[in-house]
Amino acid sequence: MFYLTAITLGLALGALCLGIFISLRIFNFPDITADGSYTLGGVITAVGIAAGWSLAEVFLLAVLGGMLAGTATGLIHTRMKLNSLLSGILVMTGLYSINLAILGRSNIALPVDGSNIFNWLVPFQSEVWNEFITLLVVFLLMLTFLSWLLKTDFGLSMRAAGNNSNMARGFGINSDAVKVIGLAIANGFIAISGFLVVQLQGFADINMGVGIVILGLGAVIIGESLMNILNVKSMTIRIAGVVLGSIVFRLIISLVLSMGVDPKWIKLLTALVVLIIVGLPGLIPNVNKRIKLE
Amino acid sequence: MLEIKNVSKVFDHGSENKLHALDQVNLTFSEGSFNVIVGGNGSGKSTLLNLIGGNLGCDEGAILWRGKPVHKKKDFQRASFIGRIFQDPAAGTAPDLSLLENFRLAALRSKKKSLKVAIGKKFRRLVKRQLEVLGLGLENQLDKPAGQLSGGQRQAMTLIMATLDPPDILLMDEPTAALDPKSAKLVMALADTIIRENKLLALLVTHQMKEAVDYGDRLIQFHKGRVVRDLNEREKSAYKPLEIMEWFYKS
Repeated sequence: MFYLTAITLGLALGALCLGIFISLRIFNFPDITADGSYTLGGVITAVGIAAGWSLAEVFLLAVLGGMLAGTATGLIHTRMKLNSLLSGILVMTGLYSINLAILGRSNIALPVDGSNIFNWLVPFQSEVWNEFITLLVVFLLMLTFLSWLLKTDFGLSMRAAGNNSNMARGFGINSDAVKVIGLAIANGFIAISGFLVVQLQGFADINMGVGIVILGLGAVIIGESLMNILNVKSMTIRIAGVVLGSIVFRLIISLVLSMGVDPKWIKLLTALVVLIIVGLPGLIPNVNKRIKLE
Repeated sequence: MLEIKNVSKVFDHGSENKLHALDQVNLTFSEGSFNVIVGGNGSGKSTLLNLIGGNLGCDEGAILWRGKPVHKKKDFQRASFIGRIFQDPAAGTAPDLSLLENFRLAALRSKKKSLKVAIGKKFRRLVKRQLEVLGLGLENQLDKPAGQLSGGQRQAMTLIMATLDPPDILLMDEPTAALDPKSAKLVMALADTIIRENKLLALLVTHQMKEAVDYGDRLIQFHKGRVVRDLNEREKSAYKPLEIMEWFYKS
């Protein structure tokens, strides 16, 4: 049961990982905006539910918010030619104030009788199992959407623009515009994680996104390593692997916490786990360098 | 008709060593012609290709295609009628995309990239047929990432990619410079066939004297940003290959 909780949280953060996968793996863009857009998705959800909006409205607004954040980062990067990290940090920092303004104070709890996505699908007695099933359905929908998108002609343009922008431009693709759209989609996904986690936990907190981007990076890299070890070629399964990475990451953290480590060390622990996964292959010769952040 | 009108390009403006890469160049290329451009380093020949292709802007002058100015258009907007082959074989393909995916984008040069999944059996057969002609065995590697091909294979693939949605103009900047002699020969022969079959207006920049002698129906020599020789096929054939080779050493 304890591990199932870790798995559900991993699944809820799966959308975040899909978003990071898009920015990092398709556009080679380590997008720090995530810390802000994840929280943005969360605070819009909390405030919207508290105000009695329907879940569909809340969902659309959360995704839209995330997409706007990604668009801002993308425009700063492509139009003003700022470095990718700096573009993301600027938007993330600005979002802190916006999130605080939306939330009104540093945290709010969801009303007990408010709408909640986890009240929809309740085939089991156990709450945790119901949450798991809901998240699994949401995850499968997102996976289907993303793997379809990447196979379309537009998706191919996104992948080419990130992979070889000269080649993309040579075939009539406005690589800058495609990058902005791609970052918008990525942060839309990231906001979905905020939407899900707030409903899972029952509250939104202004600091819920601190360090979340590192978690996403770690999950993407764990997932890709697993897929490389298993030698998986299918893109759909590789994308699913990213979410598997998220779950494995949560399990590692739960395991450590269950050994009696004080939760205040959780961020340090997260950073160390990512450092080990990302950095270790560089220290060992002849290891597949693909999993390195480059 | 592609017209280069009074085009100038200066690098390092204002500095001591400012460089007139192109100095009031006037040239007219007719459709379907195969033009070979030679000249030493810094003569301006690659700059000319970059100005036509659109990844550099003209300082002065105009470039007209079929009577309309195109020099203000962005490179990706010109892609609908201009195809390019670069010296670096890696430049023309997306390495992480499969051969088939690269070909799909190539087939959409002048078209919209919509939300349609279009790589199906039909498209696979089409690409397969195109690649079989090459005899490089690429037709059996359609799902391989393009980055795994050799330089010669990638350059040949880039050429075939140019034919799926053929441009009107093909710009080639030393396409064989990074290839071994055997691959270079294959790539040039393929380029020649593609240019003739699709009646492309081709501009080939080369340092390979043999290519300058063997290919094209017009030979232009650049020196210090200006055109110093401009020979049509008949004039060119009046020179002995050895004489043409001498130009390279003199400039």
